[in-house]
Amino acid sequence: MSSSRQSKYVVRKEYSEPIEAPDLSLKSWARWLWRQLTSMRIALFLLMFLAIASVPGSVFPQRSADPNGVVLYFKNNPDLALWLDNFQLFDVYSSTWFSAIYILLFISLIGCVIPRVGVHYKALRSDPPAAPTNLSRLPSYKKLDATEKNLENAIEYLKSRNFKVISTKTELRAEKGYLRETGNLFFHISLIGVLIAVGLGGGLSYAGQRVLVEGETFVNNEASFDYFAPGLLFDKNNLEPFSLRLESFKTTYDFKNPNNYGLPMDFKATVTTKDSPVSQEAKGSIRVNEPLAVGGSKVYITGNGYAPEIVVRDKDGVVSFSGPVVFLPQDGNLTSLGAIKVPDASPKQFGMLAFFYPTAAELESGALTSNHPFPLNPLMTMNVYVGDLGLDSGMAVNAYKLDTHAMKQVAGGKSGTKAIQLTYGETAQLPNDLGTVEFKDLRRFASIDITYSPLDIWVLIFALTTLFGLVLMLIIPRRRVWVKISKDSVEVGALTKSKDKALDKLVKDVAKSLKKKSK
Amino acid sequence: MTPEIALNPELATISRIIVLVALTFYAFSFIVLAWALTKRAGGKGKKDVFANRLDTIGLVLMGIAVLANGVGVLTRGIAANRVPWANMYEFSISGAFVVSAIFLLVLFFRDLKFIAPFVVGFVVLVIGSANTLFYVQVESLVPALQDYWLVIHVSVAILATAFFTIGATLSLIHILKETKRIKNSKSKAGIAFTKLLKVFPKSEKLERTYYQFNIIGFILWSFTLIAGAIWADKAWHRFWGWDTKEVWTFIIWTIYAAYLHATTTKGWDGKRAAWLSLIGFLAIIFNFTIVNLYFKGLHVYSGI
Repeated sequence: MSSSRQSKYVVRKEYSEPIEAPDLSLKSWARWLWRQLTSMRIALFLLMFLAIASVPGSVFPQRSADPNGVVLYFKNNPDLALWLDNFQLFDVYSSTWFSAIYILLFISLIGCVIPRVGVHYKALRSDPPAAPTNLSRLPSYKKLDATEKNLENAIEYLKSRNFKVISTKTELRAEKGYLRETGNLFFHISLIGVLIAVGLGGGLSYAGQRVLVEGETFVNNEASFDYFAPGLLFDKNNLEPFSLRLESFKTTYDFKNPNNYGLPMDFKATVTTKDSPVSQEAKGSIRVNEPLAVGGSKVYITGNGYAPEIVVRDKDGVVSFSGPVVFLPQDGNLTSLGAIKVPDASPKQFGMLAFFYPTAAELESGALTSNHPFPLNPLMTMNVYVGDLGLDSGMAVNAYKLDTHAMKQVAGGKSGTKAIQLTYGETAQLPNDLGTVEFKDLRRFASIDITYSPLDIWVLIFALTTLFGLVLMLIIPRRRVWVKISKDSVEVGALTKSKDKALDKLVKDVAKSLKKKSK
Repeated sequence: MTPEIALNPELATISRIIVLVALTFYAFSFIVLAWALTKRAGGKGKKDVFANRLDTIGLVLMGIAVLANGVGVLTRGIAANRVPWANMYEFSISGAFVVSAIFLLVLFFRDLKFIAPFVVGFVVLVIGSANTLFYVQVESLVPALQDYWLVIHVSVAILATAFFTIGATLSLIHILKETKRIKNSKSKAGIAFTKLLKVFPKSEKLERTYYQFNIIGFILWSFTLIAGAIWADKAWHRFWGWDTKEVWTFIIWTIYAAYLHATTTKGWDGKRAAWLSLIGFLAIIFNFTIVNLYFKGLHVYSGI
């Protein structure tokens, strides 16, 4: 972004010329627009707009970061939500208006930086410019006697301070701190690099999620994901054919320090992976801050909970359902809710809505609760519903929910029969001759996130070069010093681009070196 | 990471008492320094011997407070068996310590005594509210926070905030000095206030000084942002996800970027840039208080 103050420095004329009203020809109108867009003032406005435009995304839930929050918002304020949605306020950071601001900002940046590269390249190769006519108007200035003109000493001094110096008969021109502009350009170009790497990287990446119970295996193909979001440029057929089995998932709790009661101290998933169906198995582990790299992707654990193993037998003892059921955690102490669907039951389909309490305790009201997320006193309660489970309609059904509106409750609630209660290893009779249900075992599940993002490393590299450029441009002062010799005086003047405190001292030092008698 | 860690709630209580001792010294320091400032405004300015003596007393009190504050932070860390940067109480007492310590260090290089009452006053507010509103018992870190990036990311963020705090204080004085309504005020209070403002250095000098604090803050803030992204990639499976706290870190970065551009834009340098510098700091305070407490996001701190 070019500075309007640069007129003191930069050779390019258009920076110093006032911006004039456009004449009516299209070409000059376009030029006027371009000049406006690449001006520092507009860059400044766009930056401020960008800051303001980012705010609503932190006020309203965003579909990208908090999709459940958006659903909830629609439920609680349906009219307002619809209105807000019209303005893309639930997708702020991909909205047209937000995109417009940052795209304009980057066009402005490119339009400003590219010409400056050429100017800077020339400046690096050319001599410091001639002194301005009136040195006394410079921010730092000193007038000396005509006799105090030990130029050689002054040149030596300036060179020792890393100035580029040239001298003519009547003046001395010196400049240093070119790295400041180099850093500035480096910073802005790296910023463009970050944007390209982020944009392109998003296209080439994918992210997916899968809930995996201990003992289950995930194979990396689209069908295996519970949720799969590929970038626009990612070819689904290019999914690396790796597989991953969750051997165990362990949560460590601290039972010694009362302050830590109920707080998880460590999550650790032990897994076995294979890069492809034909490769060797490898053991690995995943922790919260330690993702596992498999087949070019990274695997994270992002959630966990209980998956009780349940066996349902009909009244003749024939097994109609057997396996772990994922229960979704409802609170910090892992009170969990699960839906058990038994479509193959005889005589008719039924389902159960079950609560699982790892450490069951009774509240004063008689309701159950969990006191600790670790299974110290595991208990399950089940409400039983008979009727159509809705699995045959061909419609997608949420596996974690039981749609009971077409079903009849036969246990729990107002059904007249008490809800079924099961502790670990117990079996209970189901009402209405439905058979028995057994709480056979307790397993854990982990939510696994798989992400493939090949350009992340480039985002990081550009981010770090941005930082490097930033340090250069902000720390290094750019200074110009002139010494002008005339018949009746010697003048020293200095100019800087930054808010440079040491400029006066520099002028004093140069003056001192001029005063020095030659040997 | 193992359950063998031992928390020390008794030491945490002692730490809290030490922090309150620090708060008391800060409060006394504030009173003395503010007295010195008003004395100067009413009298001989820099040559006021009594005011100079008050300044020295105030800064010594502040020094004692900083030491106590440091001990309080350290004991809190020992009591919790980890870095003391896991909740708002801990951020506040650490932040207060870093701002004050940096300010005292800077005094060796720059004559910034004149903003001492502002800095100390701010620190009194921070520790006071930390103690009354944000206090929580010591707890171990949840798995997501158990990482060396916590040390890097949070320490640099606190450091950046310290520099921005000093920068914002100076810009506030700059703005007040350049406010015509105060300058032209004929009321008694207005005239007294103008006199007070004359104690401070010229606007140009203020501008140059807070520019330097702000650029250091900006570099550190950029680093905070990048370090946060690196950590987020490890812990949250993406380096950037517009989490509310990420959004505000970005907003703050953008405001200070605008400030830096303003300082080299004709018509925007001077008072307007000073406003941006102040707004950037207000955004930091907003980020630390309102966003932490009321906005839903991933940066949740145990309890508060």
